[in-house]
Amino acid sequence: MKAGQVTPKELYDTTELEYEALNNPDVAHIEVHHNTVVGAHLVPGLDVTANETENGVAIVFRVTENSVIEKPVHMCFGMLPEKGVQEIQMNVIIEKNARVSVLAHCTFPNAVEVLHTMDARITVGENADYAYFERHIHGKTGGVTVVPKAKVTLEKGARFKTEFELIRGRVGSIDIDYETTCKEWSVMEMNARISGTHNDAIQIRETGHLVGEGARGVLTSRIAVRDSARAEVHNKLTATAPFARGHVDCKEIVQDNGVATAIPIVEVRNPKAHITHEAAIGSVDTRQMETLMSRGLTEDDAVELIIQGLLS
Amino acid sequence: MGLLEVKKLSLTLGGKKILNDCTVDFWEGHVHAIVGPNGAGKSTLAYTIMGLSGYRGATGDIVYDGKSILGLGIDERARMGITLGWQEPARFEGLTIKNFIRAAAKDKTIASIKDALEKVALNPDEYLTRAVDKTLSGGERKRVELASLLAMRPRIVLLDEPDSGIDVEALEKIFEAIHLLKSYGATVILITHSIAVLKQAEHAFLMCRGEIFDKGSVDKISGYFENKCIPCERTAISSSPEGN
Ligand SMILES: Nc1ncnc2c1ncn2[C@@H]1O[C@H](COP(=O)(O)OP(=O)(O)OP(=O)(O)O)[C@@H](O)[C@H]1O
Ligand SMILES: [Mg+2]
Repeated sequence: MKAGQVTPKELYDTTELEYEALNNPDVAHIEVHHNTVVGAHLVPGLDVTANETENGVAIVFRVTENSVIEKPVHMCFGMLPEKGVQEIQMNVIIEKNARVSVLAHCTFPNAVEVLHTMDARITVGENADYAYFERHIHGKTGGVTVVPKAKVTLEKGARFKTEFELIRGRVGSIDIDYETTCKEWSVMEMNARISGTHNDAIQIRETGHLVGEGARGVLTSRIAVRDSARAEVHNKLTATAPFARGHVDCKEIVQDNGVATAIPIVEVRNPKAHITHEAAIGSVDTRQMETLMSRGLTEDDAVELIIQGLLS
Repeated sequence: MGLLEVKKLSLTLGGKKILNDCTVDFWEGHVHAIVGPNGAGKSTLAYTIMGLSGYRGATGDIVYDGKSILGLGIDERARMGITLGWQEPARFEGLTIKNFIRAAAKDKTIASIKDALEKVALNPDEYLTRAVDKTLSGGERKRVELASLLAMRPRIVLLDEPDSGIDVEALEKIFEAIHLLKSYGATVILITHSIAVLKQAEHAFLMCRGEIFDKGSVDKISGYFENKCIPCERTAISSSPEGN
């Protein structure tokens, strides 16, 4: 770590995670502030190399064949200054039969004009298992632009689960683009939970291609837009192989002058494949509201509780 | 004088008169039952008392504790102590049973939330962190509803078919919960098709076509179950021009 740099503890202090919880030698973790790796601890089976670039880092994250990383790996990407650019390139390789789960915090608590991009290539090998949970912590000004992109390939029998959560602080502007190709008997779950207020702008593009026999995939989005926030969700799921099974599930709650759009595309090119989709967009369900109000909650408190539940 | 008095309440929905000069009193601290055929207007009466959005615009009056509440919102009525257990309770994605009960509870401690669950025979260790969503069975959802009402400590509680979807074993717990509500000082109004539920009450009303056709002791009204709809038929005949 370079002198004068932000410490990992300073980064984690902006999240709900206690830095001390990472003191366990079995817990791998990596912290990146702007373009500097400020902390890292690895465990057997996990290989990480990180090269600093002008405005970020290029990371190769590899879990070697048959390695099972028992404890979730923690990652933290952040920018504490008000202004700046952070570009993360990630090459994730989960080798055959390996297993790992990652909990990533992306923290921009003071952002006034911050751009954070993530460009990820992810390969989950045969029968390997990769779970990636990304939680964003943004400040109150909405001065963040987040652009995460991922291209994912699931080999035969691989499992991939990803969750993207942005429910604390202002979204600012977010443009997610994840695309996953699922080979035979692989399983994919992509889930996004985002709460927008003020003039936040949310764009989600999640695409899954079920190209292998028996591949399964679920795309889920849970979005709340309040004030004059806008959300546009493009979910696309295609199936071209027999016994492929997919489901697209989008719920968006709209309050005040918020605007929500859902554009689901499901495409099946094999008579033995099957995809379903459901979308519910609109105000909070009246019956749910009235139930909570009949217990004494005000309308605002009832809406808050319903949205909290939906995004949890 | 009743704690809650429904006076000549009429309500038209979709061009059809659903409540028709309905008049009924509920006595403070007593358990009442309303029975009557499908479509009689029992749930509508409960929704109108609660003030649900599709059930505004009734004529007549609803007087609670001496004051008209017809102009008040649902939450205002609830904060005065009136509440409703739905015939088919709503489901909430992601909302935990713990937070659902806590939202209603007078005492918001975890001990009191657990206690409410135990009173409806749901093991808190198993249920607290589960969501009030479609993964709960119908009967479990009804019991969670009742637990939240117990935790709320209401002054008036309308229970719309509290036994529907409840198995025989849990039914005893539901009855205990009804008596517990009474012991907390609540005025209970049961809407039911079941003679076993009716028997939990001290007073009973027979409702038909939007009005109260008969009232009195549970024994008297339970005669309705043996002679289905006879009182209604008789009145209908005698009210016709050719009637005897
Ligand atoms: N919003 C509405 N618009 C039109 N008709 C309605 C509406 N709500 C209820 N009704 C009608 O009012 C009548 C009374 O309904 P209600 O649900 O109160 O009956 P109930 O006595 O509770 O019956 P059940 O025993 O089946 O629960 C029914 O004929 C029903 O179809
Ligand atoms: Mg009913």
